[in-house]
Amino acid sequence: MFPWLTTLGLIPLIGSGVIALLPKGRDLLAKQVALAISLVALLVSLLMLADFQKNSGGLQLVESHNWIASFGIKYAVGVDGIALLLILLATILAPIVILASWNEAENGRFSVKAFFALILILEAFMVGVFAATDVFLFYVFFEAMLIPVYFLIGSFGGTQRSYAAVKFLLYSLFGGLLMLAAVIALYVISKDQFGAGTFDITALTKLHIGVQLQRWLFLGFFIAFAIKAPLWPFHTWLPDAVAAATPGTAVLLVGVLDKVGTFGMLRYALPLFPDAAKFFTPAIIVLSIISVIYGALLAIGQTDIKRLIAFTSISHFGFITLGIFAMTSQGLSGATLYMVNHGFSTAALFLIAGWMISRRKSSLISDFGGLQRVTPVMAWTFFIAGMSALALPGLSSFVSEFLVLVGTFTRYPWAAIIATVGIILAALYVLILVQRSLHGPIAPGNENLPDLSRREKYAIAPVLAVIIVLGFFPKPLLDVINPTVVQTMQVVGVTDPAPTGGK
Amino acid sequence: MNFHVPVIQYAEVLPILIVLGAAVLGVLVEAFIPRSLRYVFQVVISLGSILLAFVAVVRLHGTSHVAVEGSVVVDGPTLFLQGTLLLLAIGGVLLIAERGLDTGGSAFTAHAATLPGSEAERTALASGIIQTEVFPLTLFALGGMLLFPAAGDLVTMFVALEVLSLPLYLMSGLARRRRLLSQEAALKYFLLGAFSSAFFLYGSALIYGYAGTVSLSGIREAISSNAGNDLVLLMGVALVTVGLLFKVSAVPFHAWTPDVYQGAPTPVTAFMAACTKVAAFGAILRLFYVGLSGLRWDWRPMLSGVAIVTMVLGVIWALTQTDMKRMLAYSSIAHAGFILTGVVAVNKAGLEGSLFYLAAYGFTTIGAFAIVTLVRDSTGEATHLSQWSGLARRSPLVASTFALFLLAYAGIPLTSGFVAKFAVFAAAYSSGSSALVIVGVLSSAIAAFFYIRVIVLMFFAEPKEDGPTVVVPPIMTTAAITLAASVTLVLGVMPSSVLDLIKSAARFTF
Repeated sequence: MFPWLTTLGLIPLIGSGVIALLPKGRDLLAKQVALAISLVALLVSLLMLADFQKNSGGLQLVESHNWIASFGIKYAVGVDGIALLLILLATILAPIVILASWNEAENGRFSVKAFFALILILEAFMVGVFAATDVFLFYVFFEAMLIPVYFLIGSFGGTQRSYAAVKFLLYSLFGGLLMLAAVIALYVISKDQFGAGTFDITALTKLHIGVQLQRWLFLGFFIAFAIKAPLWPFHTWLPDAVAAATPGTAVLLVGVLDKVGTFGMLRYALPLFPDAAKFFTPAIIVLSIISVIYGALLAIGQTDIKRLIAFTSISHFGFITLGIFAMTSQGLSGATLYMVNHGFSTAALFLIAGWMISRRKSSLISDFGGLQRVTPVMAWTFFIAGMSALALPGLSSFVSEFLVLVGTFTRYPWAAIIATVGIILAALYVLILVQRSLHGPIAPGNENLPDLSRREKYAIAPVLAVIIVLGFFPKPLLDVINPTVVQTMQVVGVTDPAPTGGK
Repeated sequence: MNFHVPVIQYAEVLPILIVLGAAVLGVLVEAFIPRSLRYVFQVVISLGSILLAFVAVVRLHGTSHVAVEGSVVVDGPTLFLQGTLLLLAIGGVLLIAERGLDTGGSAFTAHAATLPGSEAERTALASGIIQTEVFPLTLFALGGMLLFPAAGDLVTMFVALEVLSLPLYLMSGLARRRRLLSQEAALKYFLLGAFSSAFFLYGSALIYGYAGTVSLSGIREAISSNAGNDLVLLMGVALVTVGLLFKVSAVPFHAWTPDVYQGAPTPVTAFMAACTKVAAFGAILRLFYVGLSGLRWDWRPMLSGVAIVTMVLGVIWALTQTDMKRMLAYSSIAHAGFILTGVVAVNKAGLEGSLFYLAAYGFTTIGAFAIVTLVRDSTGEATHLSQWSGLARRSPLVASTFALFLLAYAGIPLTSGFVAKFAVFAAAYSSGSSALVIVGVLSSAIAAFFYIRVIVLMFFAEPKEDGPTVVVPPIMTTAAITLAASVTLVLGVMPSSVLDLIKSAARFTF
C-alpha cells in the first residue's frame, strides 16, 4: 500500500529544506513556496482519506520498518480515527497559519524564510507524533517538536519571548524526561515478559504490570501529558508562551500541539495502564474541574487579549480531560471531537486577535472598543469565533461540550454539574471581551483601523466555515471517532454505566 | 633454575606498538630534524600512525585472546574502545595541529620552561618559535590509553595509567596564553594525579595480598573461592576504585577537573576530556566486570552512590558556572555519573550501554571544545559565557553546530546523547536500580537547563559591542568538527550498525 503517512510527513520536511536553500532576501518566494507545500500536504492528507476505512476502530495505513533493531525500536506509523482527525487538523491549519502569518515574521531575530521553514518542520513533526505507533518513535517526535516551537517563540515572538520560550521548553522537557523513565521501564518489562524488548503500542497493552508499578508509570506518562495539555496546576507556561508567540505560532501551539497531551492520555496513558488510570480517575476529574473553573475565572480577569484566549484554552482542556477520564463512550467521543473543534475555534480567535493587535499595536483589551463600526468584517468574524468558544448551539464546540457533559453525568453527576458552571463563566468572559472590544464608543486611536484584507479573509473563511458546518453536522467526524472509542474502551476494559432514568 | 621466556603476540598488541613506536619516532624528529620541518613530520607521523593503528584494530576484529602472558587482553570491549580512542585521537590531533587560529601560530607555548612574564619568555616569543613536542606527548598518552582498557592485570593497568597520565600533566601546562593558569592546572593535575596513582598502587598491593596474584582472572578465582581475609580485599578494592574514579572525574574525586579543563590549552582539553574518559571507563569496566564481578554485592551500592552524587552535584555545579570551559568540565563530571549508571547494572546491557555512551560522549566532547577554540578576542579564546551572547547573529553555522553538541549532551532525541542515555538507563532499570534511573532523569532535566541557557544566549541574546569574533574555522578544525558533528548525528538517527557492533563485541575474555 502507498505509504501515506510517511509521504505526508516528508512533504513539509523536504519543503522546509527547500525554503532554507532559497537565496537570501527572497522573502516573498519563501512565503509562496511554504504556502504551496502546505497546500500539497493538505491535498495528500485528503487523498489519504480514500484509503481509510471509517468503520474499523483499529490502526490503519500502517507502515513498519526496523529502526534501532538492538532495542526493538521500529519506525512504525498508523492511524486510528482519533489520530487521523488530529493529523487533518494539523494539515488544515498549517496553510491557514502560513497565509495568516504572511507579514508576521518581519520583525524576528532571524530571517523570514527561517520562520516558514520552522512552521513546515513543525507540521512534519506534528504528523509524526500523531501517526507514531511505536512508543519510542512517539517520544522522539514528542521531544523533537519542542525545538521548532522553541525557536518560533524565542525568535519571532513579542517582548517576553526569550523567557517564554525557555519556560515552555523546560516545562516540556521536564515532563518528557519523566515519560522517558516510564518508557524505559516499559521496555525492560516487555523484555522480561516477551523475551525481546518492544515499543509497539499494541503489544505493550498486553503486558501484565503490577498495580504499584503501573501507578508510577502512569504518573510518568500522565504528568508529561498534563504539562503539554495543559492541566491545572501544570499550566503556567501556556499564558506566557502564548502572549509572547506570534498569533500563527500560538494557533499551532494551542490548536494542535497541545492536543498531543490529551491525545497521549487517550492513546497511551489509558490503554497501557488501565488499572492505574482507574485508580487516579477521581483525582484527575478533580483537576479537570479545577482547570475548567480556574481557567474561566482567570480569563475573566485578563486585560491582555492573547492571555485571555490562553486561559479559555486551559478551561477547555479541562473539559477534554474530563471527557476522557469519565470513561464513557459519549465522554470519549465528545473529548475527541472537542480536540478538533477547539483547534478551529482557538485558531479563529488567535488569528483575528492577532490582526487586531497588529493594527492597534496593543494587545490590551481596554485599547479596543467600537471595532464593530470601524472594521465590521473583522468584528463579525471575531464575534463568531467568540461564540464558538462559549459553545453556542449551532457552532461546533457546542456538540462536543454537550457530549462531554452527558458522558460525564452518567458516571460522575457531581462533576458534570460543577463543570456546567464553566459554561456560564465562558459566556461571561466571551461576552465581556466582545463588549469591550467590538461594541461601545470607538476608542481613541481606533478611528482609522483598516478592515480585513483579502488575504486575511481567505485565511479566516475556511476556519469559520468548518466551525459552522461542524456545528450543524458533526456526524462525519463522529462516524470516524466512534469505532476508535469503542476499541479504546475495550482495551481499557470499561463499559458505559446503565441508564438510570426512566422511572 | 628455569626461566620462562615470555611469549608476546605482537600481532595482537600491534595497535599499541604502532602508536608508542610513532611516539618514539616523534621524539627522534624533535632531536634530529630541523625546526622548520618538524611540524610537517610530526603531523604526518601522528595522523599516519593513528590511522595505521586503526587499520590494525579493524583487522583484529573478532579476536578474543589473552595475550602477552595474561597482561594484555584483546577482546571485543578492548578493540571497540581502542577503535573509538583512535578515531577520537584523530580529532584531538587535528585540533592540536591547528595553526590558523591563534595569532601566535599555535595554541602552545613557545618555551614551556620559561617563567611566565620573564625576560626569557619574551625572547622566546619574539623569536617566533613554535614548538612541536606536544605531538609525541600526545602519542605517548594515546599509547597508554590504548593499553588501559586492555590491561589484564593490575600492574599493567597501573603502567598504562601512568603512561597516559604523565604526558597529560605536561600537556596541560603548555598553553600559549594565560600561562600561569595553565601551569597551575598542570601542577594541580600532577599532584592530585600522583595521589590517586598512589591510592591505586596501594590498593593493588592489598588485593595482591588477598589473592596472591595481580591478574584479573586470578583475582576473580580467588574471590569465588573465598581465598583470604575479606577486609584486606575490600580495602584494596576501595583504594583501587579511588584511583580509577579520579581519572573519570567522579564526585568526590573530581576537584581537579574544572581547573585543569579551564587551564589546559583547549585542544588538549578536548583530547583529554574525550579520550581519558573512554580509556578509564574501559579499565573500570574490565576491573569490575571481570576481576571483581564476584564481589558485586559489595561494590554495587558504593558505585551507585557515587553515580548519584556525581550526577546530581555535577549538574548543580554546572548551573552556577560562568565560564564555558568550566561549565563543560562540570558537565563532563555529570556525564561520568550517567556512564556509571550503566556500569553498575553489571549485565550485558550495562556493558553495551556504557560502551555506546563512551563513544557518543567522546565525539560530542571533541566537537564542543573544538568550537570553543573558534570564539576568540584579542587576548585569545573568549570563554566567559557573556561573551557568547548573540553568537548566532554573527556566525549562525558555528552557533548551530555548537547547539547540536549541547543538545546531544542534554540527551535530546535524534542526537547520539539520547540513544546513549536511553541505553544506560534501560540497563540500570533492568538490573533493578530504578532509583538510579529516576535520579538520572531528574539530573538530565537540570542539565538541560544549563545547556539550553547557552543556546538561548547564542540565539536570542543581543550581541555585545566589544564581543569576540568567531574565526572562520581553518581546515583542520573544520575537519575535526565535521567528524564530531556527523558522528553525533549518525549515532542519534541511525545508531543500529554501531549498536550491533557493540552487541557482538560486548563480551570480556579472561
